[in-house]
Amino acid sequence: MSVVLQQSRAPAMAGDPVLVVRDLAKSFGGVRAVDGVSFSVEAGTMLALIGPNGAGKTTCFNMLNGQLRPDKGEVLLGGRPITGMKPRAVWRMGVGRTFQITATFTSMTVRENVQMALISHAGEIWSPFGRARDRHKAAADALLAQVGMVEQAERACGVLAYGDLKRVELAVALANQPKLLLMDEPTAGMAPRERIELMALTAEIAAAKGIAVLFTEHDMDVVFTHSDSVIVLDRGLLIAHGTAEEVRRDPNVRAVYLGSGATSGGH
Amino acid sequence: MTIDRRSFLGVASMAAIAAPSLVRAQGAGPIKVGEINSYTAQPAFLKPYRQGWELALEQINAAGGVMGRKIETIFRDDGGKPEDAVRHAGDLVNAEKVDLLSGGFLSNVGLAIADFAKQNKKLYVASEPLSDAVVWANGNRYTFRLRPSTYMQAAMLVEEAAKLPAKKWALVAPNYEYGQSGVRWFKELLKKAKPDVEFVAEQFPALGRIDAGATVQALEASKPDAIFNVTFGADLSNFVRQGNTRGLFEGRSVVSMLTGEPEYLDPLGAEAPVGWIVTGYPHADIQTPEHVKFRDAYKAKYNDYPRLGSVVGFDTMNSIAAALAKAGSTDTEKLVDALEGLKFPSAFGSAEYRAIDHQSTLGAYVGKTAVKDGKGTMVDWTYRDGAKYLPDDAEVKKLRPAG
Amino acid sequence: MIDLILTQTLNGLASASSLFLVASGLSIIFGVTRIVNFAHGSLYMLGAYLAWTLVSYLGPADTFGFWGGVLLAALLVGLAGVLIEVLILRRIYQAPELFQLLATFGVVLMLQDLALATWGPEDKLGPRAPGFKSFVILFDNRFPTYELFLIAVGPLVLGLLWFLFQKTRWGTLVRAATQDREMVGALGVNQRLLFTSVFAFGSMLAGLGGALQLPREAVNLHMDLAMISEAFVVVVVGGLGSVTGAYLAAVLIGILHAFGILIFPKITLVLVFLVMAVVLVVKPYGLMGRAPVGHARGHGPAEPLLLPADRLTKLAGLLALALLALTPIFAPDYLLSTLTELIIFALFAASLHFMMGPGGMASFGHAAYFGLGAYGAALAVKWLGAPMEPALVFAPFLAGIAGVVFGWFCVRLSGVYLAMLTLAFAQIAWATAFQWVELTGGDNGILGVWPSAWASSKTAYFYLTLGVCAVSIVALRLTIFSPLGYGLRAARDNPLRAEAIGLDVMRIQWVAFIVAAFAAGIAGALFAFSKGSVFPTYMAIPRSVDALLMVLLGGVQTVSGPIIGAFAYAGLSEQLMKATMYWRFGLGLSIVLLVILFPRGLVGGSLLLVERWCRRPEAAATARLAAEGGR
Repeated sequence: MSVVLQQSRAPAMAGDPVLVVRDLAKSFGGVRAVDGVSFSVEAGTMLALIGPNGAGKTTCFNMLNGQLRPDKGEVLLGGRPITGMKPRAVWRMGVGRTFQITATFTSMTVRENVQMALISHAGEIWSPFGRARDRHKAAADALLAQVGMVEQAERACGVLAYGDLKRVELAVALANQPKLLLMDEPTAGMAPRERIELMALTAEIAAAKGIAVLFTEHDMDVVFTHSDSVIVLDRGLLIAHGTAEEVRRDPNVRAVYLGSGATSGGH
Repeated sequence: MTIDRRSFLGVASMAAIAAPSLVRAQGAGPIKVGEINSYTAQPAFLKPYRQGWELALEQINAAGGVMGRKIETIFRDDGGKPEDAVRHAGDLVNAEKVDLLSGGFLSNVGLAIADFAKQNKKLYVASEPLSDAVVWANGNRYTFRLRPSTYMQAAMLVEEAAKLPAKKWALVAPNYEYGQSGVRWFKELLKKAKPDVEFVAEQFPALGRIDAGATVQALEASKPDAIFNVTFGADLSNFVRQGNTRGLFEGRSVVSMLTGEPEYLDPLGAEAPVGWIVTGYPHADIQTPEHVKFRDAYKAKYNDYPRLGSVVGFDTMNSIAAALAKAGSTDTEKLVDALEGLKFPSAFGSAEYRAIDHQSTLGAYVGKTAVKDGKGTMVDWTYRDGAKYLPDDAEVKKLRPAG
Repeated sequence: MIDLILTQTLNGLASASSLFLVASGLSIIFGVTRIVNFAHGSLYMLGAYLAWTLVSYLGPADTFGFWGGVLLAALLVGLAGVLIEVLILRRIYQAPELFQLLATFGVVLMLQDLALATWGPEDKLGPRAPGFKSFVILFDNRFPTYELFLIAVGPLVLGLLWFLFQKTRWGTLVRAATQDREMVGALGVNQRLLFTSVFAFGSMLAGLGGALQLPREAVNLHMDLAMISEAFVVVVVGGLGSVTGAYLAAVLIGILHAFGILIFPKITLVLVFLVMAVVLVVKPYGLMGRAPVGHARGHGPAEPLLLPADRLTKLAGLLALALLALTPIFAPDYLLSTLTELIIFALFAASLHFMMGPGGMASFGHAAYFGLGAYGAALAVKWLGAPMEPALVFAPFLAGIAGVVFGWFCVRLSGVYLAMLTLAFAQIAWATAFQWVELTGGDNGILGVWPSAWASSKTAYFYLTLGVCAVSIVALRLTIFSPLGYGLRAARDNPLRAEAIGLDVMRIQWVAFIVAAFAAGIAGALFAFSKGSVFPTYMAIPRSVDALLMVLLGGVQTVSGPIIGAFAYAGLSEQLMKATMYWRFGLGLSIVLLVILFPRGLVGGSLLLVERWCRRPEAAATARLAAEGGR
């Protein structure tokens, strides 16, 4: 296992497809939530997944992160199939993840949240002795420094501002040196300025480390500013794929999506 | 808050006790009895028990006590848990320095205290626990028991049951040791007395949780000639009511343990069964001088009639006083020697703690239930001396490994 | 034969009715307020006693007197519910999950003694119901008409409840609150009034259930506890918050009882728990229950920060240990045996806390492992002739193995469902000890489990206990702050996030379950040798409840809480039991007062006070959370 992990963590070059999704499909009681979707994300780039409510974004996302098992199709990470794996196995393959509603451990400090992920990554979780607080302290602080949270390392997650929580989540998601980062509505519930800051930070880290980023987003400003390319889902079908500019001009997209009035803002 | 103050007081009094303990001469103060019982868990029996006990205590102390010393009782509630009873026993012996232990309602509580007594070489007079193991299988030098045991009660009833024409018997008993051994002895002794009987159904409802309708139906389905019942308390009331409505008892003989005791008969009121053969206590009708004296004193003190529990409490205290008087000492070994073969006065007449197995020969009343003035009562009763309902000595020696 | 089957079915349906009334009230209360109302059985008992008094007063033979008395009794119990809600529960809705259970248990204790003082110790056999005194012939058997009436009451009440919930505004609110509490708050509904009315309504149903038993069952002081465990089973088997589910489950259990009597007359008591175990393994949310929306532990405040002990706290701990170690020099024997017991309970409580606090898995059946440890020791002594030392080593493994098996099933569930499954397993273990007379001696237990000669003095055994328990408690503590303990807390705080950073949540919880069982087994084995005997009561429900109370009283969110809680609770009940025959009332009242004064537990509450006193510069909220979590 450790050999595999070592190999899989070889630095990816920009341009390599890190994530390849082929013909992914999922139905719920006869309704095709996701219907034969294919796309790929390259290392160091940010791909936005957009679509109106009920388009199948969340279903699609949950098939990538392991929460849902696809009916059909395959998901390749660095050329290895991860289709139908459990979330923790997907994580071990090198996928980091943030949640739409921030998910942190409230009984731990900011640093401990990151340390927890580092402990898991190092395979030390079954150790019943030795203080967890003393493990990977420097590495945790380094990650927190990257997201600008190191000053708040000793604070409880329960009392942080929402934007800061998002940053902590980002640091946690980076703890396993992921090749791919999945971010579900990363800026939901944030003030406009915070949104731009967080996504700029993400883009910067992604580019520096060669991480592929796939994110869903409602805010079109964020999408058009921070994505290298955009895919659009509608009723389970992939209806457009291209740069932000291309998608913006796509008449199909305008018809089903932009025309619906949801040009910016949340839900 | 309470703890703080209490533990503080505890430490303070500890220091106070530690120093003068040598000075406190043995035998100067009152004789102390540590009485452990399930007062809160089994109040129906044990409230009268305590009243009977306190009556005897008052009489003894009013007469000057024993050996010129008053007797004092420290009551402890075990809440029905043997482990708490053991804790109280340790506390009573070590902290309160009681001279002997007594009490016990549930069999497992009695056995736990008996084992404690054996381990700590302290006298234990078990008043109520009926389990045969208290004096037989787990019997030991330091444990004596007052009440007629499960075996004895079953033997008294078998004598009557064997006279009945019934061949097919159904049995119902609460599902714990008392119920199980009641049924076991009844079957064994009845089979011996009357080899052609057969047992067609057995029901073991959980204690206090009888599903009376379904239980009655299950017994009815086996179409027995007669029924042997060991349930008591609320189980009995529910069983009787459902049985009456559903006609289970019509045309059938019923033989029933303890049902004639006021504790269990009185709550049934006018619905008390009629014609059941039972062991019990016809308190209003016993006119022996000992009993009349006891009953009058009890009524005078509590403005209430005595229950069987009152008799057990009264007799236990009196037997302890008799033992103390005979031993002339509170030394445990001397008390044990005194108790072996001790004759003591009881509300039912004189009885004796047998030397061979430490079981007292206190008996029980066997008779038939009836309803008089809207209340259950016993008729055609006779007193059965416990001495006559015990196995012969050779058998007892086999049953009691402790010797 | 067919006659018998039909009659037993009717018998089952008749007993199902009262069970359903009580259980539906419990279910509705839980659905809206998330309170596990331990006092619900007591309200049922109160209903029966009140009905007895009122019916006797109003005239039992008179139709109006009887039914008026029954309904009035139910209303009065509803009023008692209002009192309990307004005086006690309302003050502690913000306390951690299950904390309210502690308060309701205090009410149980108080009502037991109040009933004893008011109605005396003798059972009360109520009058028969006017118009339903006799029987009809059904399937060649006499069948009481009152039982037929009861059979009709169940569906009737179910129908009324359905109407109430579907057709009235209040019912709609109740349904909405059951599904999503925050939403109701957001809708601007008067939440206080809603909670009070729901509690009153649920109480009234329990009171009615008790009052209707009057013609059927002698009213007695054991009705409360006899009913409560079964009502819980019905609620859980039916699915929390589902009234229809409660009816189905009540019928299922009533009928199983009736037939169980025919087939296995000796195991009727455990049968219901076997059924519950099977149902929960197959359907984790009961027959009609649905998986909770979103976060499984969504209600109650978020888990506060947990910090390792600071120097001062450590020093205090060491000091306490040193003081305990010195006790034998000045303390007499009896104090030593009491302390020995308290120390054992501290380990027992700490073991439960390990899975309940950091693990977030509340157990209603932790006594199973305590008892199995005790039986492990006793069986080794009795059957293998083992001396104390190997018996002490062997015993926890018996508990640990049970933890492996039971835990495997339990960690698949969460919340109250998990707790109830642990209860089911504990009852199965209890029934085994109770029924397997050849091996365990049944309820007479195993006697003669005394320590080896070197440890037989009170002082020696005290040191043995202190040594083993101190090492075990410190080991548990170290584990809480180890990577494994952090993983456990991660799994509790946010299982989704934990899985997303590669943690195998279920396996971590399973390991914690086993560790807790093993540690409880150590406590049980020590307890066996300190008492010299072992009984099924060691793993009966009251002992599980004791452990739960100790942990909650100390404060579930603190690490030293269970130890303080054990000393406080066991010490308090021991002193009260000695001091008064009405110790249950005293203990209940103390619990209720402590709960109101320290809604975070004794340790959590004291830390909060200290922290407020000091006024740290950090924002008040942080200070509060840190204080509550710490040490």
